[in-house]
Amino acid sequence: MDIEYFFELFLGGLTRGSIYALIALGYTMVYGIIQLINFAHGEIYMIGAFTALIVSGVLTLMGWPQLAILAIAALAAVIYSAAYGWTMEKIAYKPLRGAPRLSALISAIGMSLFLQNYVLLAQTSDFLPFPSLIPDFAFMEPISHIVRSSELIIYVVTAAVMVGLTFLIKFTRMGKAMRATAQDRDMAMLVGVDVNKVISMTFVLGSATAALGGVLIASHIGMINFYIGFIAGIKAFVAAVLGGIGSMPGAVLGSLVLGWTESFFTGYISSDYEDVFAFLFLVLILIFRPAGILGKADTDKV
Amino acid sequence: MLNVQELKKSVLTAIWFMFLTFPIMVIKVNTINQTVEWHWLRMLYVGVGAFALSFVWRYLIKRKEAGTRKEVEEGEGRVLLTQRLLQEPRLFRPIVALLALFLLIFPFVFSMYQTNIMTTALIYVVVGLGLNIVVGLAGLLDLGYVAFYAVGAYSYALLNLHFGLGFWTVLPIGAGLAFICGIILGFPVLRLRGDYLAIVTLGFGEIIRLVLENWNAFSKGPSGIANIPRPGLFGLDLSLHQSHIYIYYLMIAMAIFTIFAVKRLQNSRIGRAWIALREDEIACQAMGIDKTRTKLSAFALGATWAGMGGVMFAAKTTFINPASFTIWESIIILCVVVLGGMGSIVGVACGAAILILLPEYLRAFSEYRMLIFGVVLVMMMVFRPGGFISEVRQTYEFKGLKPSKN
Repeated sequence: MDIEYFFELFLGGLTRGSIYALIALGYTMVYGIIQLINFAHGEIYMIGAFTALIVSGVLTLMGWPQLAILAIAALAAVIYSAAYGWTMEKIAYKPLRGAPRLSALISAIGMSLFLQNYVLLAQTSDFLPFPSLIPDFAFMEPISHIVRSSELIIYVVTAAVMVGLTFLIKFTRMGKAMRATAQDRDMAMLVGVDVNKVISMTFVLGSATAALGGVLIASHIGMINFYIGFIAGIKAFVAAVLGGIGSMPGAVLGSLVLGWTESFFTGYISSDYEDVFAFLFLVLILIFRPAGILGKADTDKV
Repeated sequence: MLNVQELKKSVLTAIWFMFLTFPIMVIKVNTINQTVEWHWLRMLYVGVGAFALSFVWRYLIKRKEAGTRKEVEEGEGRVLLTQRLLQEPRLFRPIVALLALFLLIFPFVFSMYQTNIMTTALIYVVVGLGLNIVVGLAGLLDLGYVAFYAVGAYSYALLNLHFGLGFWTVLPIGAGLAFICGIILGFPVLRLRGDYLAIVTLGFGEIIRLVLENWNAFSKGPSGIANIPRPGLFGLDLSLHQSHIYIYYLMIAMAIFTIFAVKRLQNSRIGRAWIALREDEIACQAMGIDKTRTKLSAFALGATWAGMGGVMFAAKTTFINPASFTIWESIIILCVVVLGGMGSIVGVACGAAILILLPEYLRAFSEYRMLIFGVVLVMMMVFRPGGFISEVRQTYEFKGLKPSKN
C-alpha cells in the first residue's frame, strides 16, 4: 500500500470531517436544546457560501486586497447566516413549540425547500465558480503538494471554533443557560432563564458556524450552487447522529470518523457510491447504536 | 386596529427583511463577464411585501392563540364547516355524484393534454392515499416513500424489457415487490423514534435512487428506460389518443379502488390500531397491540400503493429514469398529504388535486412551484396542522340515549 496515497486520503478525510463538523455542531446544538432536526440547517450553510460569493465578487471588482476580501466576505457570510437562522426560528419553529415533533420536522422540511428555491430563483441554478479567497502561504510551499493552504486554514478554523464554542458553553452565562435549557426547559424557565432568547441564540451560533464551513469549503472546492446545502446537511446530520446527537464533542468525533471513512472508501473502493455509503452508514448506526458513539441512550418516561 | 405600535413593528419587520434579502435578492455577480447587476427594485418589493405580510402574520398568530384558548375552554366540541359538510349525507351524496359525472365525461370534453394532467393528478391521489396510511394514520414520517414508487416503475420497465411481461401481469407483481421492500425497509427501522425514522427512510430513498443511477448494467443508469408499452385492452389496437383515455379511466378505477380499500382499512381493526399507535405508542402497547406488526403492516401497505402508482406512472409516461424519483418527489407527495389533511381521505384527494392541477394551470407560477410548496408546508404546520380538511374522528353515538341535563 502506497503510504503517500494513504496520507493524502487521510488529510482529505480530515478536511471533509472538519467541514462536516462545522455544520454538525449547529445540528447538535439545536437538537440538544429543542429536540428538533433542523432540516434547513444545510440551507443556512449554502446561504453563507452564497453571501460570501456575492460579497467577494463585488469587492473583487472594486479592487480590494485579497485578505480584506476574505475577512469581509467571511464576516458577511457569518452575519447573514446568523440572521437567516434567527429569522427561520422565529417563523417556522417558534410558533410550533409544544406541537408534535412531526409538525416541527415537516415545517423544517418546508423551510429547507423554500430557502433552496429562493436562492435558485434569486440567483441561478448553475454552478458558480467561487474565488479562492484563501491565499497560498509562502511558508506552506515545501509541503504544498500534500496540504494546501486552504486545507490548513480549514483545520485551524475548525479547531478554533470548537475551542471557542466549548469555552462559550462551559464558562459563560449564556452557555450555562443553554445547558440548563437543554436539560429541562420548564425548570430553566422557572429559575429565570429566558428560554426564547437561549433558543434564538443557539440558532444564531449554529448558523454562524455553518456559514464558516460554507465559506471555507466553497473556497477550497471552488464551486457552489443552490443544492450544496442539502447533501452537506444530510451528511453533517449523519455525523452528528454518529457521534451522538446533542453532544458537541460527539459531533466533532462523528464528523471526523465520517470524513475519514468516506475518504478511504472512495479512495480504495469506489467513488460512484460515495453518497450511498454515507446513507448506508447512517442507517446502520441508527439501527445498531441509535445513541451514537458518545451519546447517552435516553429512556422513555411514562 | 391600526395603532402606532403595530405600525412600528411592521416597519421594523420590513426593514429586517430588506436587510436579510439584500445580498441574495439584490446583487447578482457575473463572474465570467466581471459585472455586477443590481436589482434595487426587488428590495422595494421585499420591503412592501414584508410590511403587508407582517400584519397578516400577527393577525393569524393572534387568531391561532385565541383559537387554542377557546378550544381548551370549550373542549373538542367545535366542528368545522367542511367536516359538517362531509358528515351530512344529504349534501355529500350529490356532490360526489356531480364529481363522478364530471370525471367520467372529462376526457370527451377536454383535450388530451388536460386528460393527461388529470391522470397525473389521479396517480398522486393513489400514491398520496398510500402515504396517508403511513404518515396520516400510523404517524410514521416516511421521507423515502418515492423509493417504493421507483420499485413499482422499474419493476414494470425491467420485467417488460427482459421478459416481455405486460401491464396487467406486472401490476400485482410491482405491488408485491413494493410490499416486500416495505417489509424489508420497515423491519430495521421500527425501533426508531419519529424523527430518526424520517431521516433513515430518506437515506433509504436516496440509496435506491443512487443505485439506480449508478448500476448501469441493471437499470441503464441515468439515461433511463424508454419505450415502455402502455397497458393493453384485450389485445385491441388503440390509437395514442384512445390509449390516453384508457389510462385515464384505469386511473379512475384505481383511485376508486384505493379510496374504497383505504376507507375499509381505516375503520378496520388494524386501522384503529394505526391511529392508536400514532396517538400514543406506549398506551397502545399497554392495550395489547402488537407494535411491530402494526407498524410493519402500515409500512408495507403504504408501499404497496406506491408500487401500483409506480407501475401506472411507468405505463403512462412510457419513459422512466432515476431523476423522477428524487427526494423532492417524496416531499411533493408528503405535501399532498399534509395540505389535504393527514388521515383524511377526502383531504388527500383534494390535496392532490390542488397541488398537481394548480401549478399546471397557473403556468406563470410554475417556476415558483417548489418555493410555494415550501411556504405551504411551513404555513400549514404553523396555522392548520390538521390540513384543509382534517380527519373526522370516528365517534359512536348511542341512539335513544338522551344527554342528561344537569
